[in-house]
Amino acid sequence: MAGLDPAIQGHQKPCLWLWMAGSVAGHGERNMISSLTAENLVCVRGDKRVFEGVSFRVAAGHALAVEGANGAGKTSLLRMIAGFLAPAAGRLIVKNAQGESDDAEERGKLVGWLGHQDGLKPQLTVIEQLNFFAHLYGKQADPSLLEQVGLARQRDLPCRYLSAGQRRRLALARLLAGTRALWLLDEPFAALDTAGQRLVAQLMAGHCKAGGIIIAATHDPLGLGNETLRLANESLKL
Amino acid sequence: MSPFATLLLRDIRLAARSGGSAALALSFFALVATLMPLGVGADLHLLARIAGGTLWVAAILAALLSLDRLFQGDFEDGSLDLIALSPLPLELTALAKIGAHWLSTGLPLTLLSPLLALLFNLPAPATLILFISLLVGTPAVSAVGAIGASLTLSLKRGGLILPLIILPLLSPVVIFGAGAVSLALDQLGVQNALGLLAAFAFAAVLLSPFAAAASVRLNLGG
Repeated sequence: MAGLDPAIQGHQKPCLWLWMAGSVAGHGERNMISSLTAENLVCVRGDKRVFEGVSFRVAAGHALAVEGANGAGKTSLLRMIAGFLAPAAGRLIVKNAQGESDDAEERGKLVGWLGHQDGLKPQLTVIEQLNFFAHLYGKQADPSLLEQVGLARQRDLPCRYLSAGQRRRLALARLLAGTRALWLLDEPFAALDTAGQRLVAQLMAGHCKAGGIIIAATHDPLGLGNETLRLANESLKL
Repeated sequence: MSPFATLLLRDIRLAARSGGSAALALSFFALVATLMPLGVGADLHLLARIAGGTLWVAAILAALLSLDRLFQGDFEDGSLDLIALSPLPLELTALAKIGAHWLSTGLPLTLLSPLLALLFNLPAPATLILFISLLVGTPAVSAVGAIGASLTLSLKRGGLILPLIILPLLSPVVIFGAGAVSLALDQLGVQNALGLLAAFAFAAVLLSPFAAAASVRLNLGG
């Protein structure tokens, strides 16, 4: 499947020269990870304790669905894994062939992100968006990704003319272009029609098959034989 | 193309396509520069004397018009999350955005300034110094503005607070920039004023990406 290069690459240590060139570990390659482990995570927003005692382990090739009511902390958990939010307590550990690390910045460079917002600019065309993110992630843009998500005919259309579902499909193409090992998906089926939902399911299955990890906040079943983490007001463990 | 150049070019492209924020800044700059002589009157000597300060303040205010969107647009539509997860460090992201802002706003303002200097009866040597001071100093406006833009990122009316944060920080730019033009009018040496302006701009461009990146990190976590 295009964009799902299963090649296992070594991890490079960043140096000042590469940093200045905007090229650090993970640039142009896909660092595979063996597992992601969360140990007793606590999330506090302001003076509100969103969740506590959240622990799980997801191995390569597997998916984890995160469920919970609105405000239970699904998005906060994803943002914590991505490294945007620091846990008030607990650890997130990534294991790969080189060892294990709980460094948030390092973990962020492994993340393929599909958030609530699509991150698309109405002024740019579909192909410009794809090229931008591919180059930003140090990849060559692959126009066939647009065919894969059913947007080949819209490639030169400014994004302001896309429907919500089409925008979501373009965000999926961008996710594929990034070729990251750890996919964090926030409501991946939102705004998609039945065919779109089937496409997401196929892409997720392909990612897992290629050795990737998926953690998705969703109200719908992922259909990947995955485990489910239910966030509520009490602490939870898998 | 490197991630840095990719982001820089995208921001320039967005500035060119998004209803012309650069054109808005240029129009504002031109309007202020046109209205000032109308208000002051036909005293050519006085006009030449106030030209440096007026055009510098007008340029800063014009640049401010688009500064609040430096990170805001990407923050609101989720692009900033994706950029933060890219191999490009946030410090270089901030530098790319500063560069794009200067190229799409500061540089056009600088290029327009000799034309507007005619309205102030500014002699050619002083006009040249005005041009040079804007060329050297406007990067500092974008750089200091980036700090303000990142600090007000998650505020609903951040654009209103932004000038209150960055205008005091830009007072050295006005003092040295307008001062150089006054010195040129009096046919005195401008090297010191331009040197200090360049030093301030250099320090601002060098250091502000770190401050802006730290602030963006905080906002992404909030």
